[in-house]
Amino acid sequence: MKIDHTVPLEYSTEENRIKIVGFWIFLGAEIMLFATLFASYFTLVERTGSGPAGSDIFDITPVLIETIVLLTSSFTIGLGIHAMRIGKLMAMLSFFAVTLALGAGFLGVEIYEFLHYIHVGAGLQTSAFTAILLTTLGTHGAHVTFGLFWGIMIVWQIKKRGLTPENANKSFIFSLYWHFLDVVWIFIFSFIYLKGMM
Amino acid sequence: MDYFDRFAVPHPSFGIYASMVAIALTVIGIIVGITYYKKWGYLWREWLTTVDHKRIGIMYLISALLMLFRGGVDAILMRAQLAVPENTLLDAQHYNEIFTTHGIVMIIFMAMPFIMAFMNVVVPLQIGARDVAFPRLNALSFWLFFMGAMLLNISFVIGGSPDAGWSSYFPLASNEFSESVGTNYYMFALQISGLGTLMTGINFITTILKMRAPGMTLMKMPMFTWSALVTNIIIVFAFPVLTVALLMGSMDRLFATNFFTTSNGGMDMLWANLFWVWGHPEVYILVLPAFGIYSEVISTFARRNLYGYKSMVASMVIISLLSFLVWTHHFFTMGQGALTNSIFSITTMAIAVPTGIKIFNWLFTLWRGKIVFTVPMLYSLGFIPIFTIGGVTGVMLGLSAADYQYHNTMFLVAHFHLVIIPGVVFAMLAGLTYYWPKMFGFMLNERIGKWAFWFISISTCVAFFPMFLSGLDGQARRMYTYSEATGFGFWNMVSFIGAMGLAVGFALIVYNVYYSARYASREIGSDPWDARSLEWATHNPVPAYNFAIVPHVASTEAFWDSKKKGHVLFPGDYAKIHMPNNSGVPFVMSSIFFVWGFSFVFGMWIPVILTTIGIFACMAHRSWEEDHGHYLSVEEIERTEEQLRGA
Amino acid sequence: MAKIWSLLILIFTTMTMMTGCDSKLAVLDPKGPQAATQAHDILLSIYIMSFIVIVVFGFLVYMLIKYRASKQREDYEPPHIEGSAVVEAICVGIPVLIVIYLSIVSVQSNYKVEATPQGYEDKAPLIIYASSSNWKWHFSYPEEGIETVNYLYIPTDRALEFKLYSYGPITSFWIPQLGGQKYAMSDMVTTLHLAADVPGEYMGRNANFNGRGFAENTFHVQAMSEAEFAEWIKEVKETAEPLTEETFEALLAPGHVGQETFTGTHLEFSPAPEGENSGHDHGGKDSADHSQPTLHH
Repeated sequence: MKIDHTVPLEYSTEENRIKIVGFWIFLGAEIMLFATLFASYFTLVERTGSGPAGSDIFDITPVLIETIVLLTSSFTIGLGIHAMRIGKLMAMLSFFAVTLALGAGFLGVEIYEFLHYIHVGAGLQTSAFTAILLTTLGTHGAHVTFGLFWGIMIVWQIKKRGLTPENANKSFIFSLYWHFLDVVWIFIFSFIYLKGMM
Repeated sequence: MDYFDRFAVPHPSFGIYASMVAIALTVIGIIVGITYYKKWGYLWREWLTTVDHKRIGIMYLISALLMLFRGGVDAILMRAQLAVPENTLLDAQHYNEIFTTHGIVMIIFMAMPFIMAFMNVVVPLQIGARDVAFPRLNALSFWLFFMGAMLLNISFVIGGSPDAGWSSYFPLASNEFSESVGTNYYMFALQISGLGTLMTGINFITTILKMRAPGMTLMKMPMFTWSALVTNIIIVFAFPVLTVALLMGSMDRLFATNFFTTSNGGMDMLWANLFWVWGHPEVYILVLPAFGIYSEVISTFARRNLYGYKSMVASMVIISLLSFLVWTHHFFTMGQGALTNSIFSITTMAIAVPTGIKIFNWLFTLWRGKIVFTVPMLYSLGFIPIFTIGGVTGVMLGLSAADYQYHNTMFLVAHFHLVIIPGVVFAMLAGLTYYWPKMFGFMLNERIGKWAFWFISISTCVAFFPMFLSGLDGQARRMYTYSEATGFGFWNMVSFIGAMGLAVGFALIVYNVYYSARYASREIGSDPWDARSLEWATHNPVPAYNFAIVPHVASTEAFWDSKKKGHVLFPGDYAKIHMPNNSGVPFVMSSIFFVWGFSFVFGMWIPVILTTIGIFACMAHRSWEEDHGHYLSVEEIERTEEQLRGA
Repeated sequence: MAKIWSLLILIFTTMTMMTGCDSKLAVLDPKGPQAATQAHDILLSIYIMSFIVIVVFGFLVYMLIKYRASKQREDYEPPHIEGSAVVEAICVGIPVLIVIYLSIVSVQSNYKVEATPQGYEDKAPLIIYASSSNWKWHFSYPEEGIETVNYLYIPTDRALEFKLYSYGPITSFWIPQLGGQKYAMSDMVTTLHLAADVPGEYMGRNANFNGRGFAENTFHVQAMSEAEFAEWIKEVKETAEPLTEETFEALLAPGHVGQETFTGTHLEFSPAPEGENSGHDHGGKDSADHSQPTLHH
């Protein structure tokens, strides 16, 4: 394996560079996935049938907590990658741990939020609106959940094997994924919650 | 319904029982055969676990041909049922299941793997690469596709086939109007194979962008590689839309949500919109690689470089953009008003412009050439007139006011068959003949091949031209029968005769494979067609590492220039080559996906949970695995090269 | 070459049959202004398209005859030709002109078929609610207060405004000789403008696949003079049974029924889905604006 030391570790082998390009293309597909969900959401948002509308069920407090928690986690993973680049392994692992903890916190609040919706009569089967709302949020939530498992694997592997080009590559790609989820959340926050509450 | 009733075929008939027996006997036969000849180890080591793009390509090809047979039998049954008025060969339910599976199988499980086969075999060779960017992901793509195809194909013996049309419009496809599990199969078979397709898209874009031979700039890539690049970009942007649509459709059927239902705000038109936002680009996913193959074949056998390379590339890029802006033309009659229809009418007709450029460029490639009528060339030349007729009728359909009369009629059926058969199937047959020596090391017989070509091209016209007329006379598509008084009988009988002719043509191709495998010479050299691009610069069949030395490229026709201008293609000496290791994980993981899909189809939640855990376990295994591939030593390469050169 | 010629002959026979000898093809034998507009567009596009087909065939035949290997010297080496901006500009330019011309035709026709038929503007159109259920058509004449199943009587002196919707899967209401089809869906009402010029019997059907009974999902259309139509209305009112909610519910059950006639319409107890979720009518008489694609934001 040829390692190029003039570039950051995550870019240091040909395989690593190719993986990063591939992942960017995957994110392109993810953008289409969420774009389709958003388009469907806007199409169905007024089709509430006999169920409640967004303004009836949205509650600002958990949403704000989720937003702050997720934005912070995006910041901490950025710090983690920075720490990785300057070779501070402990700092990197700590920032990753904080990121994952914040991710878990986000997920906890989101589960609470879902229970709240079901409690106020906005379940998956209530109307086209509630179905697309819960599916869009759920798809994002499922991505976060997957990210948690993935992140745990990476932290665990770095602890066991140290910072290899392979691990660094995984960490970097994971950070791209995590930032992407944050961007999606900003859209969810603005166009689903804020627009829905107005 | 009683729990176990769901597994029974809802409308059994002699044909289905016979198929069950035939399937069981075939499976037993294959298992006994492999065991008897002690081939399990070979099968596992060389095929099930392979990550070699050429072998994966061959497996795609075999799947495509099997599915072509399945879809073809469906087609003949349909034409036979309609050949005479008031026919009782099939009842309405059977006819509905057959035309539904015919559409799904031909588009998703025949045409798609066919193009995947050629992309896999050809693209890495054309760009001078050792493999694709992610060989193991490539294997996973194939096995996911394969398991999706198998899942759909078992539907007709377990639980019933989908019966709501290949476009599965809701609310017809909802539980209320389609009670059997057929549409569940549709949702999950397409979802699983769609995931595989998406991975292929990512894989090939990365391959083409990052792994080209030194000197091969984007504008020096062979046209097939260009078409593969554009196609895969469309795949990456179109397939997620299908993923979401299928997710919503599955939820409606399994979790009683109200996305597309008739109550609680559900919106049936949303399915139609999402389906065609994916569905129309899908047409170009199929046809662009076909165009790529035609470009290769026509320039090879006109003995000339491709005319208008730049406009060929530009037209593909424009087609790929326009393909996302025309989906509404599949339902001009939905009542969206004159303004929307006008916009989509114009974008639809606009596609004729870049497509027209391509047709003229192929014609000008013939200009001042030295045309040799080989079988691949015959398909490519037959494609031009028939596809032009199919294409111009597409422009006619694009006139939205007139489309109110064509929509849902046999006219439309004639149009898209006359586009897809010459546009895709002919290209696949041209590619099959053209790349056969590349894949298998011998040529297909030209004489039998020409007979097959004439049968197929003439029969295509005989089978589908009459549909223009019966369509204009008011024959709607998807009718399982019609009365004598309608007067459709004559045209449908002609179509049936054409369908039989097509069957003969395809049977000839099968015979050709058998005949050539037995009698054809294996001494074909590395360049039997006197071709122009890099895939012919290595041996037939290709060694695992493709090129012993990575080629250096200086023009769009690197191999041709090396032959004619003495351009040095392989500078330098042998060096050790890094190769990926085989892996059984893609096969195992896809098999779990198969069970996962099957469990979802029947709503068996415990297996669903277990298989989901299994899928994640496979991913975790991959994450922990330290697999750096292996190296082929210089001596090994020398030995292989000598052997291949000697042979 | 035999192939090319046989193809050409096939095309020409097809076209002559479409346009000349066999003028009985339903769509090309219009009996109303909308169908006439559509038939005109169809024939016009066939002519233009045959021109393109002939040009392509001509080029192909020329190239194949002139540049086949058997006609060339053994040592002939075809030249390397990159392409020519002028030639390619012509290959783009002519199709662009054709597409522009067809676009103009298309837009004009779109507005024609989506409005009250020309020549019928003087009288208010006859409004008929046509709703489908598996596998029947229900025709409600709200002004006249009658309802029929699987058959449709229409006058020739007035424009017809069909309000389409469905009790179930998407269907498509189509009377080829009077004009093209339009979808009937469960959650909105679409409007189809038709008119019959001459009295006669026409075939009508659902053109969109809707399950097992699709093939037989047809209805009978009878166009008649104003006086005969009035006479028929009067006769129905005197002889037919009233349509009750129970009768209608029974009719909706999946299956086939023959032709039936009632006084009163189902609209009184089972109104068409014209409520808040359907047609917001942003300009234009056609409803259904909300179904405009909202994707691709």
